[in-house]
Amino acid sequence: MSVVYGGFVPGIPHPLLVPEQNPGWQRLHDAFSVARERIAASGADLLLIYSTMWPSIIGHQIQADPEPTWVHVDELFHDLGSIPYTFRVDAEFAQTLKGACEARGLAARTVSYHGFPIDTGSVVALKLLNPDNALPAAILSSNVYADRGETIVLGKACRDAIDGAGRKAAVIVVGTLSNRLFTDWIDPKDDRIHSLKDDEWNQKILEFLGQGRLEDTAQLSRVIQQQIRIPKVVNFKSMWFWSAVMGQHNRYRGEVLAYEPLFGTGAAVVGLTPSDAGVGDKEFDEDDVEQFRGDRDVLA
Amino acid sequence: MGQIVFGALAPHPPHLVYAENPPNNEPEAECGWEQLRWGYERLRRDLAQVEYDSIVVLSPHWQTYVGTHFLGVPHFKSLSVDPIFPNLFRYHYELDVDVPLAEAMCDKASKAGLVTKMMRNPDFRVDYGTIVSCHLTNPAWDKPIVSISSQRSTAFYSVEVMQEQMAALGRATRAAIEASDRRVVLLASSSLSHRHFVTEGDVPEDMSREHITNHHQYLWDMKLIDMLRSGRSREVVDVMPEFTDQAVSESDSGAISWLIEALDSPTYPAELYGYGTVIGTGNAVMGFRPPEAA
Repeated sequence: MSVVYGGFVPGIPHPLLVPEQNPGWQRLHDAFSVARERIAASGADLLLIYSTMWPSIIGHQIQADPEPTWVHVDELFHDLGSIPYTFRVDAEFAQTLKGACEARGLAARTVSYHGFPIDTGSVVALKLLNPDNALPAAILSSNVYADRGETIVLGKACRDAIDGAGRKAAVIVVGTLSNRLFTDWIDPKDDRIHSLKDDEWNQKILEFLGQGRLEDTAQLSRVIQQQIRIPKVVNFKSMWFWSAVMGQHNRYRGEVLAYEPLFGTGAAVVGLTPSDAGVGDKEFDEDDVEQFRGDRDVLA
Repeated sequence: MGQIVFGALAPHPPHLVYAENPPNNEPEAECGWEQLRWGYERLRRDLAQVEYDSIVVLSPHWQTYVGTHFLGVPHFKSLSVDPIFPNLFRYHYELDVDVPLAEAMCDKASKAGLVTKMMRNPDFRVDYGTIVSCHLTNPAWDKPIVSISSQRSTAFYSVEVMQEQMAALGRATRAAIEASDRRVVLLASSSLSHRHFVTEGDVPEDMSREHITNHHQYLWDMKLIDMLRSGRSREVVDVMPEFTDQAVSESDSGAISWLIEALDSPTYPAELYGYGTVIGTGNAVMGFRPPEAA
């Protein structure tokens, strides 16, 4: 089995930098630790990070600097402190992944430059899930123009690469559920989900994921985008990618390790382990796609 | 009494710095995007006739979802690598910040009801939009800057809300400058239409590939430029919701709306120094010379 564990984690830096300021942020921090244990127990030999906080335009970018080193500061929460890091990146797998993307018609390229700005979400995930660099990592961008079809093909290309390389991967998706931040500064102790509607939708998504219903959640992504997402990007893509790379079904053992407000957003740490059991396929309305064929000159 | 002596629409495609081959940018190019680069050259020629102390820039690539932020560290030295085009832009920068002016703007904006924050972390990496616009305007970097973030109220609310906030920020900017002893240049670091191509040639500066992404965007770009060239800046504000939506414009950042308000809604013509496309997006380099500053 190529993908041995799946994780969904938030990328906003509070659980890394100031967990002590809010009990919920501390619970998120602690849930990262549990997820780390799950990853270790899964036998994974690779950590594949898909960060919705790393936007790309020229296709899909893949980090290939074997040892990126920097002192990162978040552009919004810069007052929480600096994050020095050195990561261990599997540069060889990055090339494999690029080839797998291209084989499915996607534009892709590796990036290996000193000082490349690794996004806050990837930094938070790697610092909390892989603090000693025990596992080599691959980090993948999120193309701002890619919608469902392209994102699903990207997920499948990742699975191709993992299978082809004979790797056992833990796939980590970095993102939020509801993504409306407070637009004014808050006292950390006053943090809450921005609205009851956001909270109810988040709870519904987590109910699905807790039952292992990943593809069902992915099928509802457009509704989720309409209901609880600020349109910072074209659509709510994280579940499309996550489901595609993990096999597009509902046969997982789901575990909601934490759900807390994070500056108004819905932040959850969720784990999925492939399982023979499942709830069946309930929400399969959208079509599947195997190959990306470009924008078909719609804009030309 | 301080004064705004010049304002500019100063787009920030890193391709322009790449094609200029300054020694502090690592990649090297053969050529490219000359209409825009020569446009910036004309802007610099005009600016050389203007006495000024500081540059104030609002950049879409410092995105803050909570409030408007201002750089508040006196000096920065680091490496800026473009997250989208790292093959083109790896720029070693060193710059000074006019912290007192930034603090004055932050204070005025806060008193106007805006959510604000000074950025005091010395490890902070200055965004590439700020760096590209400032480099192309003043490659000597011999003037201190004030860098203002883009508060993303278009995404959270609407273009109309964004414009209300940018109007308040523009007025605060002007008031802070007038209360200072500075002669200031304002830069709106922004493209016009902003739909990119999603592939790049093996030779990025291959100009045979470069054109506007679609005709529709070109029409919108020309409409905006025509309004600004004929002193109809309020009309630009009026059509901004449609323009931002239909041209997928980077004006969602608020930079253009802020500039117009800070310049007190110019009714005098803006100078078009150059228009060109970069990876399909529409970009104009334009200058505003307030009559009272002449």
